[in-house]
Amino acid sequence: MSQLRKWLVEPDFIVVRDPERCIQCQVCVRQCANDVHEYDSDEDVVLSDSSDCVGCHRCATLCPTNAVSIKRAELEFRPHGNWEAAVLRNLYRQAETGGVLLAGMGNDQPAPVYWDRLLLNASQVTNPSIDPLREPMELVTYLGRKPDMLEIEARGVSPRLTTTLAPQLELRVPVMFSAMSYGSISYHASIALARAAAAAGTFANSGEGGLHEGLREYGDHMIVQVASGRFGVDVDYLNVAAAVEIKIGQGAKPGIGGHLPGEKVDAGVSATRMIPEGTDALSPAPHHDIYSIEDLRQLVFAIKEATGYAKPVAVKIAAVHNISASASGAVRAGADIVVIDGFRGGTGAAPMMIRNNVGLPIEFALAAVDSRLREEGIRNQASLVVAGGFRSSADVVKAIALGADAVYIATAALVAMGCHLCQKCYTGKCNWGIATQDPYLTKRLNPNIATRRLVNLLNAWAHEITEMMGGMGINAVESLRGNREHLRGVGLTDRELRILEIKAAGE
Amino acid sequence: MKRIVIHEEFCIGCRLCEIHCLVQRSKSKKIIKAFRFEKDQIVPGVQVEQSGYVSFALQCRHCDEAPCIEACLSGAMYRDPETGAVLCDTDRCVGCWMCIMVCPVGAIQRGAEKRVASKCDLCMGEEVPACVANCPNEAIVFVDDNDDE
Amino acid sequence: MTTNKTPYLIVGNSTAAMGGVAGIRSRDAERPITIVARETEHVYSRPLISYFLAGKVDEDGMFHRPADFYEKSGVRTMLGVEVTGIDTEARAVRTSEGELLEFEKLLIATGGHPLVPSDVSGRDADGVFTFTTWADARRIGDFIEAHDVRRAVVVGGGLIGLKSMEALAERGLDVTVVELASRMLSATFDQTASDIAQHHLAERGVEVRCGTTVSSISSGGGRVTGVALRDRSSVPCGLVIFAIGVVPDTSIVAGTEIATDRGILVDDTMQTNAPGIYAAGDVAQATKRLSGEKRALPIFPVAFRQGVVAGSHMAGGARPYEGGLAMNSVDVFGLPTISVGITSPEGDEHEVLSARDDAEPSYRKIVLRDNRIVGAIFIGRIDRAGIVTGLIREGVDIAGFKDLLLTDEFGLISLPTEYRKHVVSGMGIEV
Repeated sequence: MSQLRKWLVEPDFIVVRDPERCIQCQVCVRQCANDVHEYDSDEDVVLSDSSDCVGCHRCATLCPTNAVSIKRAELEFRPHGNWEAAVLRNLYRQAETGGVLLAGMGNDQPAPVYWDRLLLNASQVTNPSIDPLREPMELVTYLGRKPDMLEIEARGVSPRLTTTLAPQLELRVPVMFSAMSYGSISYHASIALARAAAAAGTFANSGEGGLHEGLREYGDHMIVQVASGRFGVDVDYLNVAAAVEIKIGQGAKPGIGGHLPGEKVDAGVSATRMIPEGTDALSPAPHHDIYSIEDLRQLVFAIKEATGYAKPVAVKIAAVHNISASASGAVRAGADIVVIDGFRGGTGAAPMMIRNNVGLPIEFALAAVDSRLREEGIRNQASLVVAGGFRSSADVVKAIALGADAVYIATAALVAMGCHLCQKCYTGKCNWGIATQDPYLTKRLNPNIATRRLVNLLNAWAHEITEMMGGMGINAVESLRGNREHLRGVGLTDRELRILEIKAAGE
Repeated sequence: MKRIVIHEEFCIGCRLCEIHCLVQRSKSKKIIKAFRFEKDQIVPGVQVEQSGYVSFALQCRHCDEAPCIEACLSGAMYRDPETGAVLCDTDRCVGCWMCIMVCPVGAIQRGAEKRVASKCDLCMGEEVPACVANCPNEAIVFVDDNDDE
Repeated sequence: MTTNKTPYLIVGNSTAAMGGVAGIRSRDAERPITIVARETEHVYSRPLISYFLAGKVDEDGMFHRPADFYEKSGVRTMLGVEVTGIDTEARAVRTSEGELLEFEKLLIATGGHPLVPSDVSGRDADGVFTFTTWADARRIGDFIEAHDVRRAVVVGGGLIGLKSMEALAERGLDVTVVELASRMLSATFDQTASDIAQHHLAERGVEVRCGTTVSSISSGGGRVTGVALRDRSSVPCGLVIFAIGVVPDTSIVAGTEIATDRGILVDDTMQTNAPGIYAAGDVAQATKRLSGEKRALPIFPVAFRQGVVAGSHMAGGARPYEGGLAMNSVDVFGLPTISVGITSPEGDEHEVLSARDDAEPSYRKIVLRDNRIVGAIFIGRIDRAGIVTGLIREGVDIAGFKDLLLTDEFGLISLPTEYRKHVVSGMGIEV
């Protein structure tokens, strides 16, 4: 059915095809979910209509002769410091559709990335570095409430700990897979994350979409989410997992709820979320049973009761103003783990204005919360896990130095599985088989390959972390945690340095 | 013997297997040249079957009890003792098509000139068949069937 | 005169005999096998004799096994020796050289001999041949050369007649084919297929006269000069080939208790009613898969498979014969044709699906009974016909995909997943 053309909206990308290299094999034609390429049998040539190209690179990656490349659309505007091209495009789109601008993945605006303004120490003359290939390096991390005091009974040769410890999650590496709901991502992607977490000795978060049958066997390595929509939440769901996370907020869209379009709710998603097939899955903004911090405490303990106090209960909040107060409140509400999600956090779908303009950088939120909890003397009562745009093992090391116990990654994990950040997750036409339920597309993500890639990523990062730690003369991640002395800032104002409580380079 | 195993659930219907099989069978062995000048004289040994989102690549199974060897009038179909592959000696083939008549998976085609039989030969001489090496989703793998036991 | 007892004795040196060797060797790699055969040549492919006559296949191309085959397989051969009879009590065969060969197990693979009608006068003239051996091909070829033959008549419009005609035409002769039935290839084709084939031949200048046969052969100076047909017309020619059929050569069991009908009757282990004595190939009358009846089925892969079953049982095996399936693949002057099973069904219990395009030409026909395929014809578009052969052989219920059978996209993907898995036996497609 033809629609009225949106005249003001121009293509974002152009497909460039080298006619010397194109062999008309039509792999690009078959692989583009947006039907950009078409084979003309009369002329024996492949033509490309760039208007629907989202810049996912599927065609270019699979082209056997590297004949295809994708460029930003060349229609250039007169340069303008205020009315930049992206801004103009948004206005044209809204003028044509009258709709809310949607976006996928995390904030793409050029706000400063503060991780790049933090630099790490290294040992030299007086404090020798450690060779991670020759000395044991301890990356094992425990997430959960730590006791105020340890009581040890010294009896004979081996002393015995008499303090009862709260339930802990044991991580072989201080990196976990963050919440991505089955529904926003495909079943293949979900299972790959679960398997990779199990293989690497860490955890994957199920997101708010419930837990598919097929993931139950990995329950020992799953953290299940209780979000405002309560999708898939029943007592089995809570008990099969290693930990339960109450999602109050999400870094990509603080203050609003979630939206999974009906096109992405197929039979599997429907059964897992316990909603009818084809209906939109809407998570409300607040939990309708949490209107005060006392309500939160009630829910935390309701979950602990339901799971026999055998698992840590986490509370996830988005990094917004007064994050420290919220975090402190969450700890006092009984959370064993507090998760803070910064403004670079990803999503399958969010209004662009909220994604780009709401929330704070995780660097500041982390530093502020860690400092506040220490001041209040309750830092041991909950582990701190941070999320929101972590790109590399260096970001992880810096986050731990700033005070985090562990880091959640999501976008990085998706990229490891093949995502090219075209940011069109909400259309359900992910060409890489990740953010879609279309069976034709989900086949493209072979869970065996995806799992392998994720495990490779974690292994690579773990190795790099030990290299950096060894370079600093540290052999245990415990010694890095909150050790802000190992950080120096560059390009930061006095105020920023003070909030981060780190010294400037040269100090 | 080492066999090609196909995983229907991972096949994405891209047909890169067909493309690279054609290159493997070309004289030039270079993809652009092969497609520009040799395409019409080559029948790939692998064919992708597709219906909706179900698809898989299909080539000769190199059966243990190969019906084509039994039915071959000229003795052109034979088993390579080293690899266990079923091969066609096209010099002996007389184009009677008995093999096409008996192959239960329909893996044998008439060659480009419709004179002799054409089918997968496991890329004789190569360590990994071209289709296996070039499948982007590991829907075609090369396994030793001794490992399965 | 006796010789040492041989564990395995095979009479015959063609397709079924080779199957026998394979079957025996699949279970017994050690004990010697003896082959006794009338023909003198190293094993050759009988269906290729017309290719040899046409000049399409040379001497080396005729052999069906490498030169060192017998040696490598532990087979002792006695070629050019005829077996004149069997002594079932003594468990020995008598040869034309007066030897008595004792055996533990015997496989009779004597094949068939060509039919020649007894009521055709003049059939003793020079230049009248049957065509079932390589020697025949040589003789016919030599005769054509020696006498510069220009015209030939082939009596019989079946498969052998067709291939004979093709070979002669390839050598530049004008050929007339005379067929008794109302259409050619009546045993394997239906009316439509016969029409298409005949039309194809006519376009290439080959004349086929149906509904008539040769009544007498005229000669001059002892050599063929022409034939007279039943309809009183006559055709001048310098060569006549009788290709009206082959009957099982059961003469070897005459005087024994071994039961015969048209051929030597065997059970599903290929054993005759005499214990330890087996028969396979064109001489045998074994179970047909579709009908369950016992019929002689002189078809190359059937003969080989029967030989394998016989040999395997001779060496102690237990896998029963699955029954023979009629099947033929023949190229009619460049038009490929395949026919399998029941192609001209009788009675009204059959359902027929067909698709025809005379422009190509292409004809495809599927014969169904109880939603199972029992027969098929492919003309022109023969690609992947083997999938249908497999469905016939396995008796698969095709109700779920009946409407896909004649489409261009028909393939393994149209079949139910379970059958697909079975076809590739887990070593191919994993679903």
